[in-house]
Amino acid sequence: MTIVAVLFVVVVLVFVIEMLRRQKIREKYAVLWIVIGIGTLVLAAFPDLLFWAARVIGVQVPSNLLFAIALILLLGVTLHLSREVSSSEDEIRSLAEEVAILRADLRDVQGQLPAEREPRPRP
Amino acid sequence: MTLTPRSKTLVIMPAWNEAESVFSTVQEVLEHGPDCDVLVVDDGSTDATARLAAEAGARVIRLPFNMGVGGAMRTGFKYALQHGYEQAIQVDADGQHDPREIQRVLDGLANADIVIGSRFEDRKEYEVKGPRKWAMVVLGGVLSRISGTRLTDVTSGFRAANRRAIRQYVAHYPAEYLGDTIDSLVVAVRSGCTVAQVPVNMRARQGGTPSHHPVKAAVYLVRSGLALVFALTRKKSSPVGD
Ligand SMILES: Nc1nc2c(ncn2[C@@H]2O[C@H](COP(=O)(O)OP(=O)(O)O)[C@@H](O)[C@H]2O)c(=O)[nH]1
Ligand SMILES: [Mg+2]
Repeated sequence: MTIVAVLFVVVVLVFVIEMLRRQKIREKYAVLWIVIGIGTLVLAAFPDLLFWAARVIGVQVPSNLLFAIALILLLGVTLHLSREVSSSEDEIRSLAEEVAILRADLRDVQGQLPAEREPRPRP
Repeated sequence: MTLTPRSKTLVIMPAWNEAESVFSTVQEVLEHGPDCDVLVVDDGSTDATARLAAEAGARVIRLPFNMGVGGAMRTGFKYALQHGYEQAIQVDADGQHDPREIQRVLDGLANADIVIGSRFEDRKEYEVKGPRKWAMVVLGGVLSRISGTRLTDVTSGFRAANRRAIRQYVAHYPAEYLGDTIDSLVVAVRSGCTVAQVPVNMRARQGGTPSHHPVKAAVYLVRSGLALVFALTRKKSSPVGD
């Protein structure tokens, strides 16, 4: 069982690192997953850690502690992504505004150029 | 150079699929309005809005996708600031705002940074009902208090701004576009802009359909309320200097 868990986490980690290497994912997001992956590896390698933590916190069924941690982490990741998407959207809107204004200005400038541009005579 | 304004006043007209009315509205503004440049902000329309606006003599900015009235107005204010206009006024493309009253709303800028052309109770040509009416009453009460002026029609889009208010809008126009009319007003007032209102008539639409459906109107009420609460609890933005 432990070996399956470890294998799974390793596969995920390799996948994340590979994406990072190919620049398919930004560092700030990859870091999050790598940290979570390593944490999971530690837990898989030393299951006693989970039992010990459950006893200290006062959770009767250790696996419930695991579920709770997983939920909280995923919630955190999702909130983080929502925030990043929002700020990206703001940036896109700003750019769209700038581009639209620039295009209008460009049209005005073009309208002022002489309709037929003859090559300038060389001095 | 045409990049410098021909006039000191910019009329900003947000338009979204207003092909039926935009041509006549622009023409009417140029004909019966004060000396001004007209800027139509076409917000990803799928009809001939942009072409018709240009044919009527407006300068046209085409946004690449629909950003709502708030996004369109922020674009308009940016344009006004970059091109050195002294004052700007929003006029709807559907012809509901009477071009003959533009000058009167602009005149209000003599004693305030923002002037709202407002429907008053006693001028009943255009009646507002349902959620929008309640929103106007409640939001009007709160905004009157924080601005220190009686405001009867805070959802009105017929609004003029001087350079100070324009600069304020560009810097702090709510990126959320959440209940844009309310939010932008609260932000502006809280950073020191003064507000006044001028009574106007609101006419019937000249064509096309209003963007507010009954369900949308209810959502609008909730969003406006939220926008107000958020705007009030947000940190004050510092006034933008010259
Ligand atoms: N730029 C932009 N303008 C819009 C949008 N929706 C409505 N408008 C414009 O805003 C103005 C007022 O819209 P309208 O539907 O008449 O709203 P009402 O008069 O407040 O009921 C009109 O000029 C519309 O063309 C939008 O999504 N983007
Ligand atoms: Mg209207």
